[in-house]
Order: sequence, then C-alpha cells, then structure tokens
Amino acid sequence: MITELGHFSLILALGLSLVLTLLPAWGVQTGNITLMQCGDSIAKGLFFFLLLAFLSLCYAFVVDDFSVNYVASNSNSALPPYYKISAVWGAHEGSFLLWTLVLGGWTFAVTLFSRDLSVDMRARVLSILGFLAFGFTLFSLLTSNPFERSLPVFPGEGNDLNPLLQDFGLIVHPPMLYIGYVGFAVPFALAIATLWSGRLDMAWARWSRPWTNVAWAFLTVGITLGSWWAYYELGWGGWWFWDAVENASFMPWLVGTALIHSLASTEKRAVFKTWTVLLAISAFALSLLGGFLVRSGVLTSVHAFAQDPQRGMYILIFLIIVVGGSLALYAVRAQGIKSNTTFSWSSREAMILVNNLLLVVATAVVLLGTLYPLAYEAVSGGKKLSVGPPYFNAVFVPVMVVLFVFMALSQRSRWKDTTLDVLLKRQGFYVIGSMGTAALLMFTLATFKSYVLLISTIAFWIFANLLENVLQRFKRRRWEWGSMFAQPLSYYGMLLGHLGMVVMMIGICCTVYYSVERDLRMAPGDELELAGYQFKFVEIRQINGPNFISDQAEISVTRNGQDVISLFPEKRLYSARGSVMTEADIDPGLFRDLYVALGEPLTQSAWGVRIQIKPFVRWIWIGGLLSALGGILAVGDKRYRRSRRKDSSNFLKI
Amino acid sequence: MITNKSLIIPLVLFSSLAVLLWRSFSLEDPSLLPSQLLDKPFPEFNLEDLHSSTRIRNADDLLGDVSLVNVWATWCVNCLIEHPVLTRIAQGGVGIVGINYNDDLKKALVWLDQYGDPYTFHIRDNKGTLAIDLGVYGAPETFIVDESGTVRYRHIGVVTEEVWMEKLLPVINLLRGNSA
Repeated sequence: MITELGHFSLILALGLSLVLTLLPAWGVQTGNITLMQCGDSIAKGLFFFLLLAFLSLCYAFVVDDFSVNYVASNSNSALPPYYKISAVWGAHEGSFLLWTLVLGGWTFAVTLFSRDLSVDMRARVLSILGFLAFGFTLFSLLTSNPFERSLPVFPGEGNDLNPLLQDFGLIVHPPMLYIGYVGFAVPFALAIATLWSGRLDMAWARWSRPWTNVAWAFLTVGITLGSWWAYYELGWGGWWFWDAVENASFMPWLVGTALIHSLASTEKRAVFKTWTVLLAISAFALSLLGGFLVRSGVLTSVHAFAQDPQRGMYILIFLIIVVGGSLALYAVRAQGIKSNTTFSWSSREAMILVNNLLLVVATAVVLLGTLYPLAYEAVSGGKKLSVGPPYFNAVFVPVMVVLFVFMALSQRSRWKDTTLDVLLKRQGFYVIGSMGTAALLMFTLATFKSYVLLISTIAFWIFANLLENVLQRFKRRRWEWGSMFAQPLSYYGMLLGHLGMVVMMIGICCTVYYSVERDLRMAPGDELELAGYQFKFVEIRQINGPNFISDQAEISVTRNGQDVISLFPEKRLYSARGSVMTEADIDPGLFRDLYVALGEPLTQSAWGVRIQIKPFVRWIWIGGLLSALGGILAVGDKRYRRSRRKDSSNFLKI
Repeated sequence: MITNKSLIIPLVLFSSLAVLLWRSFSLEDPSLLPSQLLDKPFPEFNLEDLHSSTRIRNADDLLGDVSLVNVWATWCVNCLIEHPVLTRIAQGGVGIVGINYNDDLKKALVWLDQYGDPYTFHIRDNKGTLAIDLGVYGAPETFIVDESGTVRYRHIGVVTEEVWMEKLLPVINLLRGNSA
C-alpha cells in the first residue's frame, strides 16, 4: 500500500515537473506575472512528492517488503536496520530516486533563497530546473522504477545488500556526492536563464557564486569520503584508482573549481563573461556524462550498477537534448558579448585565466583517459582496452604541479594590475627557504626522494605565501587582534580552501613515496619487523556477525617493546549472497596508518597477510575536508549577501 | 546572427563526443563483461550432484555438446523469473547444467519439485567454490560452454526471451555450426 503511494507520488512529481517546466516559461513569454510566480508553489509541491516517494521506498526496506523487486534484490531481513536505510541507495533504481530527490531539494532551496532575484529570472531558473526534474523522473518511471512488485509469487527472503556497500562510508558517500553533482544544476540553470534573457551581467555571477560553492563543497566531501571508503573497505590500501566512475565525479570537480575562480573574476571585474557561462554549462554537462557512464554500462568498473543499454540510451538522449541544446543556445546568444575591461598579464585576472586553462586541460586529460577505451573500441572494431594509472600519473600530475606553482605565485596578485616586482618580491627567498625546510625534514626523518622534495617545496612555498597574505593584512590593520575577526568570511574561506590543497599535497607525496608494505604467510606465533614496528600474528578465530560469519585474526603491534595496538583484520562470508569480503583493520594516526588485511587461508592455520605502513595518508582526506569547509565558509560571508541585494535592483530593470 | 564562430566550438566538440557515445552502443553488447574465462577451459571442480550425494560431478561431465551452465539458487528472485524461459530452452534441445549456488539442499529439491526441473543435472556448489572460480557476481548468471568444455560466453542477469533470441541462441548456433 505504502509502496503504491510512493509510486503514485512519483507519477504526480512527473506531472508537477512538467507543469513547472511549462507554466513559468509561458509566463515569461507572455509577460504574465501570475504565471511566473506560480513556479514557487509548484517547486515546493514537486519536492514534497519526491520526498514522499523516497520515504515510501525507505519504508518498504524497513519492513522487509520483498514483494518489491528492488527491496528483494538489495536487502535481507538479517541486514542491520541502518544498512536497510542505506540499501535504499545501494543500487541503481534507488540511488537514481535519491538523485532526483536531491534535484527536487535544490529546486526547493532556490525558492527559499532567491527572494532577491527578479520575478522573470526566477521563473526561468525554476522552469529549467523543472525540465531537468522532468527528465530524471521520467527516466526513473520508464526504465528504473524502484516500486515494481513481483506478485503473486515473491521471495520470502531478500538477496541482501552487496557486502561491499554494508559500511558507514557508503551510508554517507552517495548522498554527499549527489548533492554536489546535482548542485551544479543551479549554476547551470542560472547560466541558461541568463542566456535566455539576454542579460549577461555581473549580477548573474554574484548570484551563482554561493550555489556553486555549496555544490562544489559537497562534491569535495563526497569524493573525499569515496576515497576514504575505498582505502579501508576494498582491502588493499589504495586511495585513488583512476577508475572510470571516480573520474566521472572528478571531472565536474575540476571544472567546478575552475568555475569558482572564474565566477569571482566575472563578478568583480566583468571579465571572461561567456567563458564563465561555458564553464557553468560544462560542470553540469560533466555531471550528466558521469551519470551516463556509471549507469549505462558502456564502461565496466568496480562501481558497476545494474547495467542496461536501454537506460544508457535514455540518458544519452537526455544528455544530447540538455547539453546540445544549451551549447546551441550559447553559440547563438553569447554573440556580441564582450568584456571591455583590460588587465595586465600579471594581474589576478591573468592568474585566474591560467588557473582555468590548466584545470580545463586537466579535465580534458581525465576525459580523454576515461573515454579512450570507448574510442579505441569504436575505431578498432570492438577490441577492449583499459587506460590505467600510468597514463593519468604521467599526464595529469605534471599539469597539477604547474597549477600549484601558479597557486603560490597568485596569492599576492591584485585585480586589474599587479607589477611583476610586487608579484616576485621575496619569492626566490621563499622558494629556497621551502626547499631547505623540505630537504632538512627529509634528511632527518626519512630518505631522500627528488619528487617528494619537489612537491613538498611547492607545498611549503604556497603555505609561505598564504601566511604572508595573512600577516600583510594584519600588518595593514596595525596588528590589532580584533581586526582579524572583522575580515570577511570569504577571505578565510579562500585561505582554508588553498590550505586544504597544501595539506593534501603533503599527504599524497608522503603516502606515495614512503609507504612500506609486505605480503607474507603468517601462522600463529609468527612475527614481522617493518619500519620499526613488530607485528605478531597471535591467533585466528571464527566469529559470527548479524548476517555473516568471519575468520578474524589477532595481530598485536609493538614498537621498541611497547604495546601499540592489537589489530583484528577479518575475512567475512556474507551468507545471503555467499560473497567473501576482506575487512582490513587499521590503526589510524595523524602521521601514519598501520594497515593489516587478511589474504587467503594457505593451510589450516597459516594465512596470507598484507601489512602496510602508510605515512600521512590521513592528510589527503583532512586536506579535502578543509577545502570543502573553505567553500562553505565563503558562502556565509555577510558583506557578500548585502551586495547581492543591492545588485538585484539592477536585475529588475528590463 | 553568428558573427563569432569560436562560440560554436563547444557545440562541435560535444557533437563528436555524442557520436562516439552513440557508437559505443551499436558496436557491441555493453552488458557483456569481459570475462577472464572467455575462451578458456571451464574451471576444474569435484562437487556432489544435487540429487545424489554419492555421484561426484566434474568438468568432464560438460564435454560432448554445447551446453548452458546456469548459476541459480532458491534465494534468488530472478532465477524464478527466468525459470520458464530456461524450461522452454531445454525443450528446444539445448542441455542446461545447473549450479545450485550457496543453497540449502532441501529447499533446492522442493523448489525443483514445485517449479519443474528442466536441467540435465545440477552441481551442488553449497560452499560457492566453483562460483568463485567462475567469478560469479551474483545469481543468476549463465555461461555457454562448447563441446570441448571451453567457456564461450557469459551472461549476467536474467535470461529473458529477448536475451535468448538475440544473444545466446546466435552463439550456440555459431558453435554448433563450427562443429558440424
């Protein structure tokens, strides 16, 4: 009954999204204010019914309604309750419903936080979001309906949730990621609304900034969580795999990062107007492309959803309509828009241009690597091939290194003009100082590696510039403590965003170059000495979980005779699906992780064991979270909200 | 009017991308996962027959004719959905070998009694060892094994009438044509 209610809500949502597409747009074309204004209440209704549909599906999971196909194939009565909820987005149908709900949520948010926007722009934005919601809901109902039942014969027990997904990381990772992915729909809708109205002005950029920041921050958190999950759950201690689906989330992130910077220059200096619009379209287009790659099955990956060519075809057609239509509109409407402002080649505008170019090149590199197997298959007549980490490391990393050099150089740049003298003053000193510090640390704490020297020098150099930036500002305020609290939040957001990248760089280069690992056979009583730690295999025992049985090893770790910790890695057999899972056990630390995973049983008591020590690996995720926090902080800027109000009055003048 | 032609570049780039993606559909069945086992001998096994615990089945039992090897279980919802299709396939003269995967013996026998048993015989893989060797993602999965015991095709998911007509049958015809 509840399931039918959910199904019906989804159908109602489809109807409402169609109305939302048409009525406000009709109002804009005919100049009818009432029609333009009705978008608000329709959008609220749309969100309500999507939420109702989603909650109904959650209910079906909680009460183990196995007559619903989706529940039967992704849940089990023995599944712990919190995983029953997360199982809702554990496979294609439910996760797409979540995706649609998130779009409904963003549309709802637009009605709440856009009081300043003129009536006609608001109608346009809502109409575009309504069209996207229509496409998503229709897709859900036509090709991936989670509410389908198999009656009268239905199983008494469910197939269980894929054990890989029975994990805390997977409860939070998809919602965060989707909020980010789908969030780019708002700047996209704004960009299209602007092209549609023909008023490409600075107010557009100002209005887009907070939305872009929030979406970007969520995407950052989502990607970071995904990396963390892969690290502890997949069982071999990697944190990034250049997997097609990871790339699918990484491309919108790269373009989104470019967009954040470009929006700043469009807002402050009215430059790069059409370019910024193009970036806003691209960020969302790449989100859609990601959805296509993940769900169509044209690429195989560890994330493989239930793959269905029909679904892929639908998304592809939708992609062509939305992105093709937008780019055609762009080609026609962006004509004649010029930025009359000039800037010098060492100004902040120029730095942002470099940032944008490098990020777009990086995106192109990832896109090429992701699609190359498809292109190869098309050209070679069906041969399959995979592009692996060697390609990405060889091409992507150098682009990033150059980007980080400019990150250091750009901290001092001012809008419009900055003389080279100002820009380069003391930089030589900073570089040498950073290199000295990096070399000193390396010689005292570890072994010399030239790549680590390069990356950590750049990281320290950026840090020095960030520090100088703060101190200079402080100095201009005559060292008054109070003045530091009076700084706009967006300033601290900027610092934190960049600081996060510094932290992440240190984390990545130390993890990559200083990790040590051993794969060995261990029986009770065996010991291993690795990088100053003694690992002792104490025993192996069988334990029972709620829906699995497990071989659990105890490995005690000591250092110089002192107990550090006892680790309990497991090999689990999930009974419902019969799948075997490796549960690594990790002793996390700010400066090093001890990572122990069980391999295969070799004899009655001896097991294959993988032991790793990963220095600074946490810094990768801490860095990501710091950057995301920076993005959120910038949105809270008070000054910025006031000026938005001031500007919207211009927006109303037609 | 389009005066600035460079603004069309994004549209052109996207169009070529769309063509590429479109072609990736038409070329090959995208649900075909590259299997490590393709064109390799069926993995070795020594497992009980489902109907008789004293009868041990091994890979030699698959030799002689092209056959379907179907991984199924009573807990698998979709196996029940494909069951009528498999029954029709078997009536059409294609041998189907069942791998009863991680299942309860009694339940499996009751299930076969209730819905019918179109299979030539069943391998009882109650520990999932053969399934692991086959790289099974989940039930149901269906393999085509030729008369020399070589794995020729792998289908993941339900065998529907469509899947049978468009994917499996052509492969079987091809294999039988080769051996004839």
